Formats: sequence, structure tokens, C-alpha cells
Amino acid sequence: MRTRRFVPYLFLLPAASILLLGLMVPLYNSIVLSFYDWNFGQPWSDKVYLGGENFRRLVSDPVVWRSVRTTFVFGFWVVLFEMTIGVGLALLLEKPVRGASVFRTVFVLPLMIAPIVVGLIWRYLLDARNGVINYYLNSVGEAIPILQNLGFQTQEWLSDPSLAMVSIVVSDVWQWTPFIFMIVLAGLQGLPASIMEASYIDGANWRQMTWFVKLPMLRNILLIALLMRIIDVFRALEVIYIMTNGGPGSVTRVLSLHLFQTAFTSQDLGYAATIAVLLSVILIVFSVILMIFNNPLSDRTA
Amino acid sequence: MQQTLQPTTVRRRSGVRRQDTSAVWRYIALFVLAFVTLAPIFVMFATSLKTPVEIQSRIPRWIFTPTFSNYQEVIVQYRMIPFLISSLVIGLGSTVLTLLTAGMAAFALARMRFAGRGIFAQTTLIIRMIPPAVIAVAVIGFWISWGIGDVVEGVRFSLPNRLGRGDILDGSQLGLMLFYTALNLPFSVWLLFGFIQQIPVELEEAAIVDGANIMEVLFKIIFPLMGAGFAVSAIFTFRIAWNEFILALFLTSRFTKTLPVFASEFIRDDGVLWGQMMAVGSLIAIPPLIITFFAARQIIQGMTAGAVKG
Repeated sequence: MRTRRFVPYLFLLPAASILLLGLMVPLYNSIVLSFYDWNFGQPWSDKVYLGGENFRRLVSDPVVWRSVRTTFVFGFWVVLFEMTIGVGLALLLEKPVRGASVFRTVFVLPLMIAPIVVGLIWRYLLDARNGVINYYLNSVGEAIPILQNLGFQTQEWLSDPSLAMVSIVVSDVWQWTPFIFMIVLAGLQGLPASIMEASYIDGANWRQMTWFVKLPMLRNILLIALLMRIIDVFRALEVIYIMTNGGPGSVTRVLSLHLFQTAFTSQDLGYAATIAVLLSVILIVFSVILMIFNNPLSDRTA
Repeated sequence: MQQTLQPTTVRRRSGVRRQDTSAVWRYIALFVLAFVTLAPIFVMFATSLKTPVEIQSRIPRWIFTPTFSNYQEVIVQYRMIPFLISSLVIGLGSTVLTLLTAGMAAFALARMRFAGRGIFAQTTLIIRMIPPAVIAVAVIGFWISWGIGDVVEGVRFSLPNRLGRGDILDGSQLGLMLFYTALNLPFSVWLLFGFIQQIPVELEEAAIVDGANIMEVLFKIIFPLMGAGFAVSAIFTFRIAWNEFILALFLTSRFTKTLPVFASEFIRDDGVLWGQMMAVGSLIAIPPLIITFFAARQIIQGMTAGAVKG
């Protein structure tokens, strides 16, 4: 379309200014702030320039690296369960069933609910004293005493160090498995019917079709779904903040939660900005990888 | 044609018989999953309708006389209505701002060639995952360093621009709208980009020939045809703005906090006020649930658009 040369920039201007003010300037400010020692409540003029001191502290800070490790452990388990269950379900339910739209609506619900609400729901369900889950575990254990040794009794879900991670993984799997399920299902239904027919005629059974035809063809979609989940694990903190607030101790303190606590609880903003820079770098690396696999610009204009 | 048709008919026939037995299992799996998905949400709504005594009871009761006393309490005693309005203003404001700016940017990207197009596109893709927590830390830094906003209660900011007593719109809310719009823009631009590409370019060419200018083309030809795209984009923007907690916690004032911030305040040092918290939680959950009932298909479309080429 022929237009004057400045017209496209005019159209981009509102979006570009919002992105600049809302994302780029904050990112830039994090970087600036990471060179200072500055706390809440202090006037800005009382800040102390530290040079790279915050970054030296970051590199040798065991608390930060433990939280990075915790994030990866959390990410590993949620991705493992969500991918396994999500892909399995998509394969199982690939053929259209009656009432599919009702089930589809049901499965979308957890994805739309506020993380803070997901956190409070699960904190309530897993509550040691009043929680529904403990009540039914206990009931089953009392009915069949042998199961008590297998854990069918009252558990301190959120305050037992060995169970807190399990608890936040459960809540995340509950919320996000449908996401994987829907992406894989859309991918499966988009596979060309001719190839499915051809492999069927060649005598492939269900297992062979799945392992040697469908999943390899879905490889890209699976990778993108995986990356999106990992990125989300690094970004999110609300559910964990509500359920355990990182505890007991620091068992469930993921990196973004540690950033939040450094800024909000310790009020050490200079160092919080340094952690923010680390988190941003991690997320930008993942975003670039995601962009390589899934670039809307190159996909659709081709 | 005859040869390819035959195997498929055979397959279809045998498939039907197999489906009869496996369909049962499929439905069992679906119902179990639907139960697992719905039960926690149901527990929240049920708890919000219980009395404190019922909530504190160790034995969960599924049949009880519902009471709205928790709702009454959060509305009357804890004065929730201004926060509900604040949430709505921020949610709807961000949505409108996102649709307008993302729509214009997507139009430029889809229909025009210009220097810097690739750079703009790639920048949006690279910075789109910056999390709210990072923005929150930085914003506090620069708001203070630039002298914007006074420090209220140590961590809360607001411009002294109070529209009367109601604080319907102040600086902190405008700030939140800006950040929520920025967080959603990359996704919305790319989503709308895909929608615009599906509109035949001949429509615009015809309009240009008829003497329409570029603004008329955008607002009278393109935007009216983008209902579906705008719907998906609006749902996702509203979802983020309505649900977001971290930025709202940092940036809103005592008068302008949003519902998620309000809900979190029922977690006290000496325990959780479950009834009140579940009531506010239910109110936060209701709009997204209603949207889901009407637009599940569009939501799935938006979620899969990022991964599956459509």
C-alpha cells in the first residue's frame, strides 16, 4: 500500500511509547539501580554508588543461587507432570467426543483464575487442620489402616519441608496442565490427515503412530509449550507467595519470589534491582530461544 | 480415487466398533478430570457461603445453609466497593488502551514496509517476558528518583491528583494501566497482526481508490472486520489486568488498591480470615469464569496462537 513515509511510524508511535515507558524504561532503571545501594524510605539523594559491588555480591550469594536451583527443581517437576499428563490426555481425547465444548470450557477455567485466587484455594485445601485433603486422607487411612504407612494420614502439607514443594507443584499442575493439553490437542488436530491415513494403510498401530508419526511431527509445538512453561515458572510468584511465602525456611523460595522479598520485605532496592537484572537476563535468553522456534513475523509473511 | 477411498471406509467401520468400548473409558477419564478441575473452585465458592463456625469445623460439609454474611462483611465492614471500582477501571482502561494501540501497530506491521519494522518486531518479542516483579522494583526506583509520587505508608504511591473523595482515578491507577498495557502489547500486536493478514487487501485498495485516507481505512474497514481478534485480545488483556497482584501491591495507594491486593490482606500474622478471603476470591474469579463460559473457544484460540500456527 502506498502511503507517505512517516505514516507507519505514526501508527507505531502509541504502542512504541507504551512499550518504552512501561517495559524498556523500567528495565533500564533496574540496571541503573543495580549499581547503587539504596533502601526504601531513604531519599533518592542518599543512594551510594557501588560500581559492580552488587554484582560481585550476587555471584557469590548462596541464597540467590539456591533460589535459582529451587526454580529449576520446581520447573522440572511441573513441566514433567504437565507435559506427561497434558500430552497423554490430548492423545487419548484426540477423537471428537459428544459434549466436547462443555469439557473444553471446564478445562479452560483454571487458566483464567487469578494466581492469587489459585494460591488461596490450594492453601485452604491443603490446610493441615481444616483442609479437605487431609480430612479425606485421614478418613481413608482410618478405614484401611494399612494405608496409613503410605501417607494416608494428616500431613503438614505447607509447613513440612519435604511436602511444601509437592504442594506448590500440585497447584501448578492443576492450573497449567490444561494449557499443555489444549496446545497439543490443537497441534494434533492440525496434523495433515493424508499422512495419518498413509501410516495407517502401511499398517502402523496406535503405539507406532503415536511414537513415530504424531509426536515427531509435533516436536516444534512440544518445544514451544515447554519453553512457555519454563518462562512462566520464572515469571510467576503469586501462588507460591500465598501458599508458602517461600517457606518453610527457603524450600519453596523461587528466584522471582526472592526478588520480591528482597525488595518488599528487606527493602534493599539496589540489590533487588541486581536480582531483577539477573531474572531479566534469564527470561530474555528464553525469549530469544522461543523466538527462534516461533517467530510470527517470519511465519506468516512468508 | 476409488483405491484411496476403500481403505478409509474399512478403517472407519472398524474404528466405530472400537470406539464403542474406548468411548466409555474416554468419558470416564473426562469426567474424572472435570471433577478434579472443578472441585477446588467449587470449594472456594462453598466456603465463601459458610459461617465461621462451619469453616473452622474439621469435618467438611457439602450440604449447608448458604449465607451471604461474608460478602456483606467485606462490602460493609471492609468497604470493598471502591476497590472493586478501582479494579474495573484499571481492567477496562488497560483493555481499551491495548486494543487501540496494538490494533494500530499491527496494521502498520501487516500492511506497510518501512525501515525499522524488523527491529520493532524483534524488540517486542524479546522484551515481552519481562515480569511484573522486575517492573515493580524499577518503578519504585524511578518514581522516587524523578520525584513523582509521594511515599505513602512506606511503599505505596499516588499522585496528589485525587478526583474528589472517591479516588476513582489517580496517578497510581494510570501507572498500572500503562504497565498492564505494556505487558500485553507484544502478545496483542502479534495476535492482531495474524487477524489483519487474513483480511483481503483488495478491500483496502478499493477504499483508497474511492478516496478514503489511511485513517479511514483503518477505522472504517479494518477495525470493524477485527471483532474476533479484538475479542481474544481483550479477554487476555483484561485477564492480566484484573488478576495481577505484584505490581498492584507495590503501586496502588490505600484508596486505589485492586481486588487481588484487597484479598491478600485477609492473610494476617495470626491466621487467615478464610470466610472473607474466599468471598473476595470468589468475586475476583466470577468475571473470568463468566467470560470463559461465553468465549472458551476464543480463549483456546488465543492460547494456542502462540504455539500453533493458525
